[in-house]
Amino acid sequence: MTTVRKIVVVGASAAGLGTAEALRRRGYDGELTLVGAEAHLPYDRPPLSKQVLAGAWEPERVRLRPEEKLADLRLDLRLATRATGVSGRQVLLDGGDRLDFDGLVIATGVVPRTLPGVEGVGGVHVLRTLDDALSLRVELLAGPRLVVVGAGLIGCEVAATARKLGLDVTLIDPLPVPMTRQLGPRLGELVANLHAENGVRQHFGVGVDSVRSAAGRITGVVLTDGTEIEADAMLVGIGATAVTDWLDGSGIPVDPQGVRCDAYCSAAPGVYAAGDVASWEHPVLGRIRLEHRTNASEQAMAVAMNLLGAQQEFRPLPYFWSDQYDTKIQMFGWPLPGDELEIVEGAPAEGSFIAAYRRDGQLTGVLGWNSVRGLRPYRQELMKVMAG
Amino acid sequence: MRVEIDQDKCCGAGSCVLSAPEVFDQRESDGIVVLLDERPGDELREAVEEAAERCPAAAITVLEQ
Repeated sequence: MTTVRKIVVVGASAAGLGTAEALRRRGYDGELTLVGAEAHLPYDRPPLSKQVLAGAWEPERVRLRPEEKLADLRLDLRLATRATGVSGRQVLLDGGDRLDFDGLVIATGVVPRTLPGVEGVGGVHVLRTLDDALSLRVELLAGPRLVVVGAGLIGCEVAATARKLGLDVTLIDPLPVPMTRQLGPRLGELVANLHAENGVRQHFGVGVDSVRSAAGRITGVVLTDGTEIEADAMLVGIGATAVTDWLDGSGIPVDPQGVRCDAYCSAAPGVYAAGDVASWEHPVLGRIRLEHRTNASEQAMAVAMNLLGAQQEFRPLPYFWSDQYDTKIQMFGWPLPGDELEIVEGAPAEGSFIAAYRRDGQLTGVLGWNSVRGLRPYRQELMKVMAG
Repeated sequence: MRVEIDQDKCCGAGSCVLSAPEVFDQRESDGIVVLLDERPGDELREAVEEAAERCPAAAITVLEQ
C-alpha cells in the first residue's frame, strides 16, 4: 500500500503529463502538481520538425490532450514556471513558491546544444520547443539558403521539410554519413542517398570551423576543410543536454548523462525521473538514456506504477521513428556499432525493406524502411529479449 | 466509452495494437492505425486507456459517451 499524498511532477511535456495521467488512471487521488517551464499547454514535439515547420498544422494541433481531458486530471497546473531547486522535501519555484512533496518526478527533458560563438547571431536556430519551431518557420518563409549542422534525427527532418518548402539546403556532419549513431554506417548511406535525390547539398566527414556574420546576421559558414558556404539561416542539430542544473546541491544524483536512476527509475527515496532527462539501469541494455518519444510515455507509466508501490523494473524495447520526404524509418531495439546487418525482407533499391541487426547470433534491433507491419515478428522477438 | 483516432497524427508505432488488439489494428500498406471497435465494452477500458497513454503521437482519445 502506498501512502504518497503529495506528488510534484516537474516538466509538463510527454513524460510529465504521461506520469500524471498514469497516476490518476491507477487511482491516485492525492495532490498532483504539474510544473512546466513553457507557457503552452502540454504539447507534442515530434511534429515540430515536420507538420508544424511545414505549416501543415496549426500550433494548437500539437496539444497532447484536449483541455477537457486535462481538466479531468485535477492538476495544480503551473505553466511558465521553472523549478529552481529541491531542498529536503520541497521543490522551489522561480516565483518564490515552495511545493511540499512526498513523491517527486523529474521530467525536465533536454536543451539543444549549440555551436560556440553563435549566441546572438541572427538567423541561427535550434529546434526543441514549439516557439523554436514557429521562429524557424518564420525564418524559412523568407526563402533563405539554409545550412543544417548535424545530420541526426532533427537535422535530417528539418532538411527534408525545408527542401519540401523549396529551399536551398546544405546538410553538414562531421561523421561520414547521416544518422550513423541511430542506424550504423551502411543504412546511414541510404539516408545520404535519400537527401541527395531530393536535392540537399551534403558535406559529410567535415565539421564547422566558424560561422560568418555581418550586421549581427549569419552570412555563411566555413568548414574545417576550408570550404565556404554562403547561408542566410542555420539550424543547429548537434544533440542535447539533460536539464539537471536546477538539481545542483539537492543531493539527487546527477551525472553528465542525466538524472541517475536505478532499474526502477528511482534516483532517491520517493524521487523518480522519466523521459529524456532520465538515465537508468536497464536490466538488459545497461545504463541508458533515451531521447525517444515513445520512451517518454512508457517511462512515465513505469514511474507512476513504482511511485504507487509496484517495484517493477523498467525494461522497455527502445523504439523511434523518423519521417523524411515520403520515407518512414522505424527502429526497434538498440543495435551497437559492429552488429551484423542483414536485409531480411524487400530491398533498398525497391525503396522498402526490413533490416535485422544481430550480435553473436542474437537479434539486437530491426529497422523498417517504408515497411511497417513486417516488423511485428521481429518486435515480438526483441520484446522477449528485453523481458530477460 | 467511445474511442476516436486521428490517422493524420498516427506514426505507425503499433503500440496500440499491443495494448488493445481487439480495438486497434494497423493498415497493411503503411501501418497507420485502424479502429476496429469505436465503442468497446468496459472490460477493455484499461487496455484502451493504456493504448491512448502509450501512443507516441497522441492520436487516440477516449471519450465517455
